[in-house]
Amino acid sequence: MPQQQMTGAEIIIKALVDQGVEVIFGYPGGAVLPIYDALFKQNRIRHILVRQEGGAVHAAEGYARSTGKPGVVLVTSGPGATNAVTGLTDAMMDSIPLVCLTGQVATHLIGNDAFQECDTVGITRPCTKHNYLVKEAGSLARVMHEAFHVATSGRPGPVVVDIPKDIQFAAAPYVAKERVTRKTYQPRVKPESRDVRRAVEMMLKAKRPVFYTGGGVINSGPRASALLTELVRLTGFPITSTLMGLGAYPGSDRQFLGMLGMHGTYEANLAMHGCDLMINVGARFDDRITGRLDAFSPGSRKIHVDVDPSSINKTVHVDLPVIGDAAHVLEEMLALWKAETKRPDQKALDHWWAQIDQWRARKCLSYRQEGKLIKPQYALERLQALTAGRDTYITTEVGQHQMWAAQFLKFEKPNRWMTSGGLGTMGYGMPAAMGVQIAHPDALVIDVAGEASIMMNIQELSTIAQYRLPVKVFILNNQYMGMVRQWQELLHGGRYSESYMDSLPDFVKLAEAFGAVGLRCASPDDVDRTILEMIDTPRPVIVDMCVDPNENCFPMVPGGSAHNEMILGDQGGAKATVSDEGKILV
Amino acid sequence: MALPSKEIRQHTIAVLVDNEAGVLARVIGLFASRGYNIESLTVAAVDEANNLSRITVVTSGPEMVIEQIKAQLGRLVPVHKVSDLTTEGKFLSRELALVKVVGLGEKRVEALRIADIFRARVVDSSTSSFVFEISGSTEKIDAFIALMRELGMVDLSRTGVVAISRGERKL
Repeated sequence: MPQQQMTGAEIIIKALVDQGVEVIFGYPGGAVLPIYDALFKQNRIRHILVRQEGGAVHAAEGYARSTGKPGVVLVTSGPGATNAVTGLTDAMMDSIPLVCLTGQVATHLIGNDAFQECDTVGITRPCTKHNYLVKEAGSLARVMHEAFHVATSGRPGPVVVDIPKDIQFAAAPYVAKERVTRKTYQPRVKPESRDVRRAVEMMLKAKRPVFYTGGGVINSGPRASALLTELVRLTGFPITSTLMGLGAYPGSDRQFLGMLGMHGTYEANLAMHGCDLMINVGARFDDRITGRLDAFSPGSRKIHVDVDPSSINKTVHVDLPVIGDAAHVLEEMLALWKAETKRPDQKALDHWWAQIDQWRARKCLSYRQEGKLIKPQYALERLQALTAGRDTYITTEVGQHQMWAAQFLKFEKPNRWMTSGGLGTMGYGMPAAMGVQIAHPDALVIDVAGEASIMMNIQELSTIAQYRLPVKVFILNNQYMGMVRQWQELLHGGRYSESYMDSLPDFVKLAEAFGAVGLRCASPDDVDRTILEMIDTPRPVIVDMCVDPNENCFPMVPGGSAHNEMILGDQGGAKATVSDEGKILV
Repeated sequence: MALPSKEIRQHTIAVLVDNEAGVLARVIGLFASRGYNIESLTVAAVDEANNLSRITVVTSGPEMVIEQIKAQLGRLVPVHKVSDLTTEGKFLSRELALVKVVGLGEKRVEALRIADIFRARVVDSSTSSFVFEISGSTEKIDAFIALMRELGMVDLSRTGVVAISRGERKL
């Protein structure tokens, strides 16, 4: 039977359907019109029309991170593609599976500086896991399926498929996804059993162990989180998490020390500094985590579980690498631990916990809510209290509010926390929340925002209105780019160069202009009422929470410092000294 | 466990890749964006049936960086195989150079004499110039070039290093 011929655009849609794609985020333009035409003629795939391509990519990231499925983006050539670059880089840094389809000018025009032409594969090569320029319709189906394979296997990441307009019109046969095989790129997910056995032996001998877990556990799927939780509870070891890993282990559990790193808790950072065995599962020793490298956890042996061999020994030398997917590794670890008759030195562990409890008693996140100004920490603490028991999805923008959210909100399950960790993209949170809400229409989805970040993708409110997404935007409005101001206070003599925003919009009126509900809160007495009203309003809501403009985010491990050189909030952080070497680190 | 050596060493790495558009840009882009050295890089198709090219890259760095380079190369999608020839047994490495020397009289005679010692071949000649073709190790070619520079070398083209392991082992 001769294979049925389809147009390139039809092949694209069929490939998306066969890959299980239900929703794509995009923005039309000249070079993708055939694909939009094919979209128009079908009803399997829902298209969400954003207001700028950057919003589409972040929305797809939010969708991907909250579902574990790849997010799909469709944008046009030239500016459509270049607007997507920030989101692609963001997804690259945080290992988020995305497939981004970009239109391209017709093949015969490529290289001629045609209208809306740009070298998309050239521009996106360093910020994607892989990219393709499809030059013949015959390879389109294969490339589409391969793009999904690459985006989702091993360490996930964004993949761009650049499709010239003539290829979208051209006829070619469709190739089913089962018939596409890739000779290269088959990342190993099962660890060497020998390595897992050694890891368990090291764990049995540990006197001051700590689990240090990251986004790799989340990416591995909910099963990895369940296995991690079981293993941590069986061992009785303390556990800390990176920003990206929050939710993999229940945030309110006693064994959880809170987030570690630059704005991590006192107990988490000191446990990392003082441990004799570090068990890293799916984290990458990022500079926000390690602080000064030569003083990072000096006395510990280190196990590093990662699916990506290039993460091993990149910045921190480890004693035992275990290459494999977190769920596979944790499953084997758990089986070995259960079968093992030996147990770790309980006396040593008790001693270690006593030490940790002392650090905990320092209450490093304490703040004083007094007077008429709302402390941002108080607003978040109330948000936590008033949403507890609900299955809430939180996204954030980037800055102080993001760190406070990580400190004060408790994540009990994976895939409930969407934040731009590696790239630190202001403007990520609201479009990401949009993507989350599309995936979970009935869930409570809150973007914890700052007034500066929210302005970066404010146009997406229009998308939120169009699709009647009941997203809540919880702005901690301190009128400053808070983290910039904090660094200027600590490192640049309090010269607040360009970190104050004059002429901010009236967020209540702005919400109303976009068809959302605006709520303002300026008094600590109104915080609870405002939050409850926000939760109970079945429409998009913007909360303008007017908070103390001068509050700083502590604890803080300043650039160039070690974990045990943390600044605490009640020590008068402004008097902190930072070395010249420290100042050059961002 | 012993810490990895900080000593900077030269490594010759062979990479088997899909022969497709952009693959060289991916490899070079990786080295550029992560700040790795490229001392030599060569590429050519080696297997038409399977559409494969072989890249030989000479780089240098401390052990941790070399391991990173190999791991980063290994995760590029079109890469089939990465082999560190320097650490995986004995290997051969060769370059070819074309060296143009212009001059008259004694210098011209001396250039020819030295070329003979180095087993360089004359592949072009005029009454006032030679083009020598020389192949061999990088050190040998460096030595030849240093001598030719004194004898009127005006132009030089080198292929960069190609390398292969000794014995029966294949990439």
